[in-house]
Amino acid sequence: MRSKPVQLAIAGVLFVGVGVLVAVFTLALALLGEPDDNVTALTAGKLVIALFALLTLITTLGISLVWLERKQLGRMQGRVGPTRVGPFGLLQVVADGIKLLMKEDVSPSSSSKAIFYVAPLLVFVPSFVVWLTIPLSEDLVVRSLDLGVFFFIAVSVLSIVGLILAGWSSNSKYAILGGFRSAAQLVSYEIPLILGVLSVVMVADSMRFTDVVNAQATVPYIALLPLAFVVFFISGLAEVGRTPFDIYFAESEVVGGPFVEYSGAHWAIFFLAEYVNTFVVAALGALLFLGGWVWPFGDLGQVPSVAIFLGKTYFLAVVIFWVRATLPRLRIDQLMNVGWRLLIPLGFASVILIAVQRFYGWPTWTLTLMSLAALVVAAWVQMRMQRKDAVATAQRYAQRAVEVQPSRRRPGPESQQA
Amino acid sequence: MAPEGYVVNWTAVVLASVVGIVAMGLMLAASALLSPRRPSKTKGIAYESGILPTPLNWTQFNVRYYIFAILFLIFDVEAVFLFPWALVFADEGIPGYVFYAMMLFIAVLLLGVVYAWRKGVLRWR
Repeated sequence: MRSKPVQLAIAGVLFVGVGVLVAVFTLALALLGEPDDNVTALTAGKLVIALFALLTLITTLGISLVWLERKQLGRMQGRVGPTRVGPFGLLQVVADGIKLLMKEDVSPSSSSKAIFYVAPLLVFVPSFVVWLTIPLSEDLVVRSLDLGVFFFIAVSVLSIVGLILAGWSSNSKYAILGGFRSAAQLVSYEIPLILGVLSVVMVADSMRFTDVVNAQATVPYIALLPLAFVVFFISGLAEVGRTPFDIYFAESEVVGGPFVEYSGAHWAIFFLAEYVNTFVVAALGALLFLGGWVWPFGDLGQVPSVAIFLGKTYFLAVVIFWVRATLPRLRIDQLMNVGWRLLIPLGFASVILIAVQRFYGWPTWTLTLMSLAALVVAAWVQMRMQRKDAVATAQRYAQRAVEVQPSRRRPGPESQQA
Repeated sequence: MAPEGYVVNWTAVVLASVVGIVAMGLMLAASALLSPRRPSKTKGIAYESGILPTPLNWTQFNVRYYIFAILFLIFDVEAVFLFPWALVFADEGIPGYVFYAMMLFIAVLLLGVVYAWRKGVLRWR
């Protein structure tokens, strides 16, 4: 048993380690500088260094979410979470990673081998490539693309292909069911996600992440566009398959879905991709709606602004885990209902509201009012609809009970013949 | 003529995917060195809760998925049109019909959703 100060010291070192990774990334970017359009081997080499620094940073931050989630879920369920490995269980994730690397990589003999082994990469690579253009602060970005937001949407969708291929190539019933479920779910929730992001693009009038954030210097967009934030956040949860939308790998239904046949390092890649994706959604929420690295009290230096951005991101991550601890999993028909009957109309409502406001040049505060009004109306309509559905279902079951009951007591002539 | 920064930006995108693949490849290589490898016939059986699986699972799938895929295709293409429009519709010198045309376009699509809804396609049975 180590003493308390030693543990605190180790935790401090780990905490500083993230700062060191950010610093390394900053240095790599400084080394890269502002390359001109004639890409030489030197520029490419510098880009690769910067990208490796980014990869290390992002995977570390993603992995930190595993610890955060286990600790938080533990606390919310009256447990303590991991405590054994390292101070406060901080090194538990590292131990798990080493364990996964040392496990045998088993694949079903009937699987389609090439696709089976490529699928994890297809899931992980898009979740990393989007970080190319997601800024950690004003200057901390590898390439600030003009079409940054569009690039994020276009690339992040690609991981669906990996999930379907993983489910298909395993040649296992659970896996293929999970693969189909993931296709249906991710495809349905992609549209509201796009509409939520589009709302921000319309107000900010730019698709570059830095412009979107700088436009929020005084008022973060969550205050202007609560409707778009709700749509974005719910569909974001569904996109990364966090509870209550973990239908495609639900352990109690399809025992891990597309991942059921994976083990060892290949499974570790899926696991990593899942948490990096969660981090992407939290970071995007922070950038697009919470104002990223800016805050309303003036300009800050480099270090505080990264800290503010990470703080907002971790705040959203905590909200995501909080939702997970609170809500039960949806049924697949409920999932589709929420997606198509609630979120897509709401997303369109958001886009139309903003379009009208901007076209007629109404003051910006009307956006908040209209968004809140739309949210209230949607909540009311949804409640009415669900009540109607629930009543209809209850009546159907009651009817069936009435029909079934007498025949149980007195078997009719048909059943006697049988 | 490519716009400013075009080549370097998209080189970075390609390199990012390469870096991602290489890093994961290194991890897989490390795992291949560290992990045991003792294949057996039983290990190669797909997991189906302990029941022996039927040989082939690549069979037909439910048509519901197909319908949602078609609906998605429509809306996704629409999103491609919406993004460029979103940046310019309120700018100076853009005629007013740009706004009304897109509203009409969205209305037609929403009409499609309403139709699908009334038809009961959006209900998962």
